[in-house]
Amino acid sequence: MSLMSDLGAELVAVVSTVVGALPYVAGYIAIILGTMFVWSYIKRMLTPKHDYSSLKTVTFGDESAVTSNSVASVVSIVLIFLFWGSFTGSKLLPSFLHMPGAYVGESSFTYTATYEGQSDDATVSVLVHPAGDDVVEPQADLGDGFAKNDVVSIPSYRSQLLRVDQNDEHGRADGAEITAVNGQPISPDSPVKTDFGTVSMSPKGTLNITPSKGIQMEPIWLPAPEAVWARVVDISQDGYRNSTLWEHLGFSLFRVVVGFMLGALVGIPLGYAMGLSNWFRGWFDPIVEFMRPVPPLALIPLVIIWAGIGEVGKIILLFLAALWIMAIAARSGVSGVRISKVHAAYSLGASRWQIMRHVIIPNSLPEIFTGARVAMGVCWGTVVAAELVAAEKGAGMMIMVASKFQSTDIVLMGIILIGIIGFSIDMLMRWVERILVPWKGKG
Amino acid sequence: MSGLQIDKLSMRFDLPDGGSVQALKDVTIDLKAGELLSVLGPSGCGKTTLLNIVAGFLAPTSGEITLNEKRVHGPGPERGMVFQQGALFEWMSVRENVGFGPKMKGTSKQDAANVDHLLDVVGLQDFKEKQVYELSGGMQQRVALARCLANDPDVILMDEPLGALDALTREKMQGLVLKLWKETGKTIILITHSVEEALLLGERLIVMAPRPGRIHREYNLPFAEMGVGQDLREVKKHPDFNSTREEILSMIWDMEEEIMGGASK
Repeated sequence: MSLMSDLGAELVAVVSTVVGALPYVAGYIAIILGTMFVWSYIKRMLTPKHDYSSLKTVTFGDESAVTSNSVASVVSIVLIFLFWGSFTGSKLLPSFLHMPGAYVGESSFTYTATYEGQSDDATVSVLVHPAGDDVVEPQADLGDGFAKNDVVSIPSYRSQLLRVDQNDEHGRADGAEITAVNGQPISPDSPVKTDFGTVSMSPKGTLNITPSKGIQMEPIWLPAPEAVWARVVDISQDGYRNSTLWEHLGFSLFRVVVGFMLGALVGIPLGYAMGLSNWFRGWFDPIVEFMRPVPPLALIPLVIIWAGIGEVGKIILLFLAALWIMAIAARSGVSGVRISKVHAAYSLGASRWQIMRHVIIPNSLPEIFTGARVAMGVCWGTVVAAELVAAEKGAGMMIMVASKFQSTDIVLMGIILIGIIGFSIDMLMRWVERILVPWKGKG
Repeated sequence: MSGLQIDKLSMRFDLPDGGSVQALKDVTIDLKAGELLSVLGPSGCGKTTLLNIVAGFLAPTSGEITLNEKRVHGPGPERGMVFQQGALFEWMSVRENVGFGPKMKGTSKQDAANVDHLLDVVGLQDFKEKQVYELSGGMQQRVALARCLANDPDVILMDEPLGALDALTREKMQGLVLKLWKETGKTIILITHSVEEALLLGERLIVMAPRPGRIHREYNLPFAEMGVGQDLREVKKHPDFNSTREEILSMIWDMEEEIMGGASK
């Protein structure tokens, strides 16, 4: 029962998060639809096209009429960067596109202290500076009366408790009380809004100064695009954790390529054997069918126990990730050969070896290439995950270490580079496929 | 004795559910070199099984096949095969497909010239370097015919070679088959489910009956000889052509009725 209630609580948490996100999702969908209508309006203004598709009256439900609209793709990507820049106060954007940011600058407020029926005003100068800047706090001009002026400096996104009465002639200990800020009465229950943020009062009577945080993301959560780019430049020149950027990425790629090659080298002959012989099929079917659904990531602990965290362990892991995929692809490539092709080759006088060489292998190549694309994708994902766990070099290690130091810019840079490399691998495989097996899907 | 002898061929195999099927029973055919035989019958009468046994892809349970006094045990280049479709190698160009048989033996210059010549004969002069998947269905079957001829087999076995083609292309291809038969003098066995095609492309015609698969009737026909180099539509106007067609059609119709009746009992 406690499991059910635990799961129920989890579900409530998930649902409430989703509900909380709904307004943003709705806003995003509204933007998509809005731009769609704007574009269709613009398109009508442009010279009308008279190609075959434009003459179709049925487009809703016609799969062939739906192609990727490149304008939408461009707008979508531009918008992502626009949001990113806007919510991080990017310097690449004109400032009117920025979301309200955290307050930075000099301001002040006055407070009113009351002591034995008398009251006196004093000014507090507030200096809000970007986090990390060293600020020399100016000396306060104490002013007249029993309440003296104060100066406080606060990093942006932070707040500060200030005992304004500490330098007053009559402090809290004497029975003095702070009754108003900027002329408005203040108490622990009613904070006062000022031009830079909020001043509230603790139950004991200390003022808490909170400069406005805006709705931009703090760089520690999400750095601006140019900060990430600066990191790319910086790390590609100076490296990170004793290795250059190219060493990190190169090591990851090297592991993937070697692991995949070994997997293919063993997996393809294994798949052929399974496709060509009952005995081999029976022998390896249970092993392959069991190992295939085991996520390679689940093998990481075992591989670390057996082979340690060095290159050997990672390459074993990637070998295993690629092996089953390649074996199954080769097996189905062999099984997929039309019997009439084999019969035709036999009655044209081909020997077994010639049928292998000229019919079965070329016939299985399209399947093998499909498998290779999948395997490369899985290997790339697995290597990053393995490096997250333990590695001295590699793209995954880079972002893992960076996350421990809250270097969000490096984490983002790493994710983007990992994405670009994964995408490039897939594009490369597709290109090789087009060159080497142009007959794919044409049988 | 040259030619192809099919002697008391029977084929019986067990089914997984414990029953068994008599696919062929005592099929005997004596084919002289250069004869053109078409085999016709309702589906399930064992005509494709017969062809597969002659090609050597299946072993009969009893009976034997002799080609030029040599007993047939498995597939071999002296018995060429033309399939309905999908038997071309799409990873090879048209020329490579046609040259496949000679290449397996080890190509000579003479063979290469022969391949070119055959491509001319089947009318694919301009398509030699194309990939086979770039060709239409009719052209692909032309490639299949040329590929079979390039190996210079004694017998050509055709398993519904024109079955997947549209009616117009089919007529053209029927003319081509007759032309190749006359020019090369090959022994040909052609399986079809079209009565008209069986009449046009059969010097001899065998109608098979199902359950068990056996020879029901045999005809000797003049139409193939008449059709060589002729417009096949003229042949079809011949009164004998029509009467024979009607006779065979009602024969097959009766067989189908019998099967359906048997199934409903």
